[in-house]
Amino acid sequence: MTTPDPHIERMKDLPSTHLLGSGTALCAGCGGLQALKEAYDILGRKTVFVNAAGCMTLMSVYPFTPFRGSWLYTAMASAPAGAQGVRDALDILKETGRLKPEDDMDVIVLTGDGSANGMGLGATSAAIDRGLDFLYFCYDNEGYGNTGQQASAATPHAARTATTAVGPGHLGFKKDLFSIWVANRPAYVATVIGAEPLDLAKKIEKCRDIKGPKLILALAPCPVGWRFDPELTVEIGRLAVRTGIWPLKEYVDGKITHTHKIKSRPPVTKYLELQDRFRHLFEPTLNEELIAEIQDRVDAYWDAVD
Amino acid sequence: MTERQLMTGNAAAAWGARLARADYVPAFPITPQTEIIETLAAWIDAKEMPGRLVTMESEHSMITAAGAAAATGVRVFTATSSQGLLHGMEMLYTVAGWRVPFVMTNVSRGLASPITLEPDHNDIMAARDSGALQIHCATCQEVLDTLLIAYKLAEHPSVRLPVIVNLDGFYLSFTREAVELPDEQAAAAFVGDYDPGANALRASQPVSQAVAVLGSGLYSYFRYEMHLAALQALTVYDRIAEEYATVFGRHHAAVESYSMDDAEYAFVMIGSFATKAKAAVDRLRASGLRIGLVRPRLVRPFPAAALRKVLGGLRAVAVIDQNLSNGFGGILHGELVSALLGLKSAPPVIASFVGGLGGRDITLEEFVGIADVLRQSADSGETPPCRLLYSDQELREVRKLQAVAAVERDELGAGP
Repeated sequence: MTTPDPHIERMKDLPSTHLLGSGTALCAGCGGLQALKEAYDILGRKTVFVNAAGCMTLMSVYPFTPFRGSWLYTAMASAPAGAQGVRDALDILKETGRLKPEDDMDVIVLTGDGSANGMGLGATSAAIDRGLDFLYFCYDNEGYGNTGQQASAATPHAARTATTAVGPGHLGFKKDLFSIWVANRPAYVATVIGAEPLDLAKKIEKCRDIKGPKLILALAPCPVGWRFDPELTVEIGRLAVRTGIWPLKEYVDGKITHTHKIKSRPPVTKYLELQDRFRHLFEPTLNEELIAEIQDRVDAYWDAVD
Repeated sequence: MTERQLMTGNAAAAWGARLARADYVPAFPITPQTEIIETLAAWIDAKEMPGRLVTMESEHSMITAAGAAAATGVRVFTATSSQGLLHGMEMLYTVAGWRVPFVMTNVSRGLASPITLEPDHNDIMAARDSGALQIHCATCQEVLDTLLIAYKLAEHPSVRLPVIVNLDGFYLSFTREAVELPDEQAAAAFVGDYDPGANALRASQPVSQAVAVLGSGLYSYFRYEMHLAALQALTVYDRIAEEYATVFGRHHAAVESYSMDDAEYAFVMIGSFATKAKAAVDRLRASGLRIGLVRPRLVRPFPAAALRKVLGGLRAVAVIDQNLSNGFGGILHGELVSALLGLKSAPPVIASFVGGLGGRDITLEEFVGIADVLRQSADSGETPPCRLLYSDQELREVRKLQAVAAVERDELGAGP
């Protein structure tokens, strides 16, 4: 639908002009905004963002918007159903000659992990069942960020949140949304992170031209919820990838590929120690057992990959 | 040419959507509504009707898709009932605030708990404050006619709100009546082409819809706008209903008055059970009582002025609610009292009766009994307390079932 840009292969191929406006109510150092900003440069203005309740709902506050294209806020549980209504309506308008082909748009769901893993998952699964042609962009800040970072299904093991604020932190384990999507056999699934803009841009460019349900799952370091200095967003993002905590990968044509192979992984403590949500693993005493458990899980993941 | 066909209320609703040339039908099955979407699906599959039907995974998603498609710029129809309406309620409120015009049929059915399939109006009454307008039908013909009127009303530039067309489960949904099918071209001309207005999504004209507000001033502004639009729908409805009568010969006033010309008493009811009240009015008239029926078709917006006009000067009025607001009573009764308050000629007695819950019949004898209460209350000047219609016979049946179950349990040795 959008004019294909030259193929993105190197950092210098990334767009030098940026589409997303500034001055929104989002927090300084928001990793979700970073990823969205990079993705938006590739997706372009012929887009309509169908938003689920979350942090990014504050992107468009009457009467202002940072988007060059369109926007429709829905509710927390049903953004994919909103995308269905928009996509179907655009198709009907095209088929009946009421919409010029150049007026068509890509339909993008913009949602946080709380909706994506929880109350929005039914609507998401159903949209995949129906083969809906849409991009599902999830900024995963690993908790209900907009309400003050309570634990969600995406919260990692041992993280302290507003509702798991004592003892060992969150007892559950981060839900594997990537695999849930893959099990539904959609058109495309990928993990990304704003701190690796080339990998992100390549994936957005690739999936843009694929028809069907597509997930872009962006880990979104959150200074407020994870409790770190906003200037560390990029560093924490890079460490999430390098320590192996956040594998960058994609699923297309029935195959999963890791797009960012790591030769030697620094220990997970390099990532954990920068965030106060994991401070209890290090102070007042080192919780070696819990740290080892986290490391073991990461190692086991990569052992299975290699 | 027009033709008459025997059809159910559900089929009449489907015909209404077809004749209004709905582009898009997000759907989800629920008894007693399912026949509507099955009928539309069959027509669309057979290419007898253009358009697209998509089966969603819930009513919450269905109403989201309905609102989103209307916000993109197509004419939308959808249908639900009971639990489905409640499941989608968050989105009904939400999309009404988007100011998107579409039409939804609700086939009224009692709400859990206990779960039941049979009708009353607690489901649709729960949608009273959603911002969606609601029109209540009493016959299958009215269902079809009202669908066409509802599209014109929803899409009117000074309204731009979703409209719910309500019919009673079983009593209308599955009852066949002779329905006159409007001519296809005449119906299309009456409803007109869909004008998306400001609710359109186009790459060349980017727009943000349904955005958040920060600040109570903005919030109140938009909520008041919705209210004023709903109030404007009163006069818009009257004009559209008159136009419909001119073209198709059937006039569906915002408030139906039956035998009210010289009436001293009135039953006030909505929906198909009002036809039972009509039969009772005929009998009571034959015995010399000057009684009539007043049936609001519009419930939102509430036709207060029309009700004041028709009810002013009466001796006593009985509101028969087919719903129950627990801890309050009949909902329509409360609304009517507020509409008549302060009117000099307001009836001195406005009595409340609750009946027809879960499809319970309201018998001729009960209507006669209600009329007796009205006469006595008017004479004494005392308004009786709200009465819940129930018979000794019904209570005996319940007790009998409980006793049988207890015996069975004891014989099977399953008791404590």
